[in-house]
Amino acid sequence: MSAVETGIHADVQHEEHVHHDPLNFWRKYVFSEDHKIIAKQYLITGIFWAMIGIAMSVVFRLQLGFPQADISWLRPVLGQWIDEAGKLDPNFYLALVTMHGTIMVFFVLTAGLSGTFSNFLIPLQIGARDMASGFLNMLSYWFFFTASVIMFASLFLQTGPAAGGWVVYPPLSALPQAHEGSGMGMTLWLISMALFIVSQLLGGINYITTVINLRTRGMTFSRLPLTIWAFLITAILGLISFPVLLSAALLLIFDRHFGTSFYLSEIYIGGEALPNVGGSPILFQHLFWFLGHPEVYIVLLPALGITSEIIATNSRKPIFGYRAMIASMLGIAFLAFIVWAHHMFVTGMNPFLGSVFMFLTLIIAVPSAVKAFNYITTLWKGNIIFTPAMLFSIGLVSFFVTGGLTGIILGNSALDIQLHDTYFVVAHFHIVMGAASAFGLFAGVYHWFPKMFGRMMNYRMGQIHFWLTFIGIYLVFFPMHYIGIAGFPRRYYQFTSFDFGKSFTDLNMFITIAAVLSFLAQFIFVWNFFYSIFKGKKATQNPWNSNTLEWTAPINPGHGNWEGDIPAVYRWSYDYSKPGSAQDFIPQNIPYSQTPESNLPHENEQIAMEAEIEAQNFNDQFKNAH
Amino acid sequence: MAATATTTDTVQPKMWMGGIEPMKASYGKLMMWFFLISDTFTFSALLVSYGLVRFSYPAYAGEVADFTFSDLYWPIPEKVYEAVPFLHGVELPLVFVGIMTFILIFSSVTMVLAVEAGHRMDRAGVEKYMLWTILGGFTFLGCQAWEWAHFIHGTDTGTVVRELVNGAWVEKTIFGANLVENQYGPPAFADFFFFITGFHGTHVFSGVILNILIFYRSATGFYDRRGHYEMVEKVGLYWHFVDLVWVFVFTFFYLV
Repeated sequence: MSAVETGIHADVQHEEHVHHDPLNFWRKYVFSEDHKIIAKQYLITGIFWAMIGIAMSVVFRLQLGFPQADISWLRPVLGQWIDEAGKLDPNFYLALVTMHGTIMVFFVLTAGLSGTFSNFLIPLQIGARDMASGFLNMLSYWFFFTASVIMFASLFLQTGPAAGGWVVYPPLSALPQAHEGSGMGMTLWLISMALFIVSQLLGGINYITTVINLRTRGMTFSRLPLTIWAFLITAILGLISFPVLLSAALLLIFDRHFGTSFYLSEIYIGGEALPNVGGSPILFQHLFWFLGHPEVYIVLLPALGITSEIIATNSRKPIFGYRAMIASMLGIAFLAFIVWAHHMFVTGMNPFLGSVFMFLTLIIAVPSAVKAFNYITTLWKGNIIFTPAMLFSIGLVSFFVTGGLTGIILGNSALDIQLHDTYFVVAHFHIVMGAASAFGLFAGVYHWFPKMFGRMMNYRMGQIHFWLTFIGIYLVFFPMHYIGIAGFPRRYYQFTSFDFGKSFTDLNMFITIAAVLSFLAQFIFVWNFFYSIFKGKKATQNPWNSNTLEWTAPINPGHGNWEGDIPAVYRWSYDYSKPGSAQDFIPQNIPYSQTPESNLPHENEQIAMEAEIEAQNFNDQFKNAH
Repeated sequence: MAATATTTDTVQPKMWMGGIEPMKASYGKLMMWFFLISDTFTFSALLVSYGLVRFSYPAYAGEVADFTFSDLYWPIPEKVYEAVPFLHGVELPLVFVGIMTFILIFSSVTMVLAVEAGHRMDRAGVEKYMLWTILGGFTFLGCQAWEWAHFIHGTDTGTVVRELVNGAWVEKTIFGANLVENQYGPPAFADFFFFITGFHGTHVFSGVILNILIFYRSATGFYDRRGHYEMVEKVGLYWHFVDLVWVFVFTFFYLV
């Protein structure tokens, strides 16, 4: 039966390629196999989650800034989690910080960022009709969607969602009696994350395969835009690290439901000994951070790739150090796997081991600094155009430098023992990973919106959105460093019962006000985004005068992206302001033979290869059943 | 001149220049390889966890002849896995698992033969060797079921363990093992045995399902109509991977 079905399926697909049969609504917009639609699905789901995740942070910031305030006005939304006195339930506070972390790290900055732009840009920038497997790509989104639905449902449980922190360390997460949120909330968290991991693996396998197999003729690896390099490396990181989280989650599920003791040993609850012996909670931390550390680069690298592209385009200059950029991304990716224990300096690990991990961690400063300097040198003496996307990219570089510096401080095991789990850490990673990646996401949306929807976003509103967000984020996280150095631990419901916590209340208040204002500024973006989809100014084919292939496709690319043949590629994507050229950009599909006035000597030699490149057209998905 | 033209026509396409699938690897085959890389890390995480917990326990220190089961130290695997069906009471260390391993590796050999028959477009050959592979897979799963059953039921005499229950020492006899209690050694030993061999068994089971699908499609002539038997190769990759994982599981659980 299945053979027959698949046979028919293959035939249908074949005919589709030839005749372009119109698809019905469900196949075109819902269960779509088209990478552009899937990217938009990821983006809109990501925006939905971002609004929920940021709103959560505002609620717990209110608690931290104004612990005495009456917030019963939030009862229509939070219901029973606001008690009679108008105070936030302490258990729900923990649930809020947990869900904020989970949602922002995984659902917004992994799925929302990588899912959107890897899907959208890989086929368009390498010159492919679609992903290698449209079906797996669709499956990837719907696994993510199911994970989202389950996580969303867990918010409405009587006992609240998971509340053990986004890192879900056992025994807190393993024992349902440990905390309200460790019951059903944690179960749903684990199911949701298991599905999320499957989604990431399906997506990642597809991205890597597509980049290797479906580059258009002439698109060698050394001509790939840095965005594609970033997405490729990100996908490899995810492919290797997410399965380890899957193993960790499966073992945790067994500890929770089947009585095993992988992570549990010698635990007393209310004076009663639990039967579990022999496990190790530290084991979970090792497994978790083997994913967890690469995860921060899974979040950040796509943002850096997007930034490379946007900064070069809007400085009207070639990216500085193209190969150094690739090498530093590869270096960061490699180091990402051998530094995980710097999250665990206070677990009682051997200090010698700690110093090894410290050494490896500090080496990451080298490739990171190479990237930061390359961005700055690309901007240097550039013909800078401050589009909203460019502003957000420059903002990203600023955050990357600021947060990176505190990373060097935290990477030192001696300093980390003092600062561990304080607001200093919170400030560090929110700037370097949270805000920087979010700015990458914003930059990407502003830059590729014309390609996605055929219309422009409002320029002025984008600039206002940038300045409010940029200033807001620094106002939120800069003071947080001081609070952290003063010794305030993260994840505490309130500090007023401790003597040391009686100071700095004004600073906490200040942060909360800044957080609320930054949150409100995001509605400018949301309005701009949804309004411009329908009513924005019509886009031209290449609004930013950019070199990459997606701008050679029609304004609203249909199924297969290009009409007729896929363009061939003859040069790298950074020929901006090339001396001798009349235009300040030369797209990748312009052969050297057409630009004799600007060719360098070695480029003239490549003219001989053009016929060969032109002829090597063997992987067009419309022509060959690949 | 004509000769030159011929050479230009037959010139090899540049593998990494784009416009072509490098090394003629189809997207499906690449995807299978990448999936296997990620699955390697799933199993590695489990085996590393096993190693970490195992070495947090002391090994048995006395003479091998005097070995008894106790939850105070990690057991000697040869003393745990020494039963063979129909030979009740006979000590045959690692014989049964050796047979299982042989069967699984042999099924890899037949899988290679099936792939090779596929290259020759020999439908009957593919069918024949796929059937042998399926049979090998089912036999392995059956053996594993028997081994689990024996492991769960335990020895005739059981093991007496002393437990501290809320301040008082309690003695009881345990037969066999489950996820909570274990007569052969620390409970973690049984936990990891069940989890990792179970996880591997699940992989074998899905492999058998895929093999059946391949067999069915070959038998109905699907691959002949498609013009190639590459699917056999892709599923073959998975099957060999599952075998390779078993080699590691076998080494770490039974040999060392």
